[in-house]
Amino acid sequence: MNIKNELVGILAVWYREFKVFLREKSRIVGSIVTPVLWLLIFGGGLGSSVSISGINYQAFIFPGILTQSVLFSSVFFGVYIVWDRKIDFLKEVLVAPISRTSIFLGKVVGGATDALLQSLILLVIGWLFGQFGIIPGLHITLVSFLLALLVLFFTTTALVSVGLIVGSQMESPEGFQLISSFLIFPLFFLSGALFPINNLPSWLAPFTFLNPITYCVDALRNVILGSAQFSLIYDLGIMAIFTIVVIAVGTYAFKKMKV
Amino acid sequence: MPIIEIKNLTKQYNGLTAVDSLNLEVQEGEIFCLLGPNGAGKTTTLMMLTTLVKPTSGTATVGGFDIVKNQGDVRRSIGIVFQDPSSDEILTGYENLKLHGMLYGMSPKLREERIKEVLELVELTERKDDLVKKYSGGMRRRLEMARGLMHHPKILFLDEPTLGLDPQSREHIWKYVNNLVRKEKISVIITTHYMDEADMLCDRLAIIDHGKIAAMDSPAKLKMIVGGDVVVMKTANPNLEGIKKLEFVKKIQAKDGIVSLTVENASEHLPQILETIGKVESVEVHLPTLDDVFLHYTGKAIRETSAEGGWAEKLMAFRAKK
Repeated sequence: MNIKNELVGILAVWYREFKVFLREKSRIVGSIVTPVLWLLIFGGGLGSSVSISGINYQAFIFPGILTQSVLFSSVFFGVYIVWDRKIDFLKEVLVAPISRTSIFLGKVVGGATDALLQSLILLVIGWLFGQFGIIPGLHITLVSFLLALLVLFFTTTALVSVGLIVGSQMESPEGFQLISSFLIFPLFFLSGALFPINNLPSWLAPFTFLNPITYCVDALRNVILGSAQFSLIYDLGIMAIFTIVVIAVGTYAFKKMKV
Repeated sequence: MPIIEIKNLTKQYNGLTAVDSLNLEVQEGEIFCLLGPNGAGKTTTLMMLTTLVKPTSGTATVGGFDIVKNQGDVRRSIGIVFQDPSSDEILTGYENLKLHGMLYGMSPKLREERIKEVLELVELTERKDDLVKKYSGGMRRRLEMARGLMHHPKILFLDEPTLGLDPQSREHIWKYVNNLVRKEKISVIITTHYMDEADMLCDRLAIIDHGKIAAMDSPAKLKMIVGGDVVVMKTANPNLEGIKKLEFVKKIQAKDGIVSLTVENASEHLPQILETIGKVESVEVHLPTLDDVFLHYTGKAIRETSAEGGWAEKLMAFRAKK
């Protein structure tokens, strides 16, 4: 294996994904508008009568909504591999003299770039909302901004891998849609994105604490709001382990993937 | 040394044999066609030779490298144009080529040089910055051919290169194939179910039916084997017994009201044939074509075999969905 060729190969796959992302404007707009609507309408509506341990509800769910946006766009990124298979573009990539591992990693970096760019825009919007008093109590500093991107880097890397694992096994985009919805919604609702996790009923608590996304939301609350259930190191540790595991599984899935 | 050497290559899917103990050699600099109906095993053979599918048994070398043990070396020696569109239509022509150059580890300098060369070769230089979705089917095929050539492969595989294209685009593609063999000095393997394409392009061809080679030689020699002229008649109630007694009729095939005879010196013997066979609706006399060769070896016309969804249809369906 020639390391340089493999690295250029990863870059090549990323290059393609990034170009496509930049051209598909509707994807970018959609990925920004939906979370903002959640924040303003859902957060504003419920927040008019609810606040959580002294934190404005909209500010409280901001980390959750940020996670939601990354969760959705990362997992759904896997559908593009199904489209690539529908035509013969996938074959063109698979017949190139680079390893399947590099192809997988290139896709992961491509998907992660998309999701992180969206997060970046949402963080700026969050900062503006805080600055202009639209969401009182949301103070995003430069440090929390950077730490949030670090947390989300782990989250999106892991979740793009999950999406690609599903996509590598699927023949049709419809099938992908179905399976990924089964994954995404429990991950989202059980993550504590919309409610605090320190006082859950005993039947719900285990599901929430088994959900890796919970630790992403918790870490983001830590760095953005300074209020969290676990320490940042603990959250990041769990995210890192989760990321390594799904990357390993994804690499294996790509090696076994049929053309 | 042959550039491709196939020994007992076999592929089974769930007990069905798609390719059955194939043996053949392709020489350097040759244009070689695999001719046969859809489902004959041509594409499966190609997928095995390009390392995308593992053979069930048997082996092959491509450019001197084993297709199972030296996949990386095989991949570096080949270029391939797939049956379905395989360029990204949200990228421009240039970007598709750049992506390819990167995937093949070409240096930026060499990559830019080659992009320029191959774009000129397929006459797409002026359209290089247009998105591929704005290309016609023929242009897209040409772009994918340019791409297959970019990394200087020793062997170029073309899977049904003109499927779904209009006659003008087909001739265009043929011209480019001929050109590039001269300019780039490479060997070309083409799969096709078009007789005229095989006749026009290839130095040698193998007729494949049900995963096996039925015949292999140059088009001219294969046509000679059919021997004599071909007389095709449309008739409801032919007197085949009478025809069989005529000593200058070498071969008789009758199906669905069409009688096809292989005859020595047809122009001289035609009156006697017409007298014997009875009432005919139409008569046609021609020199043997590859269609007749195919009929001779497989007992059926290639047109009768079902045509599955072609390249262009899939492209349309893909666009409609997206």
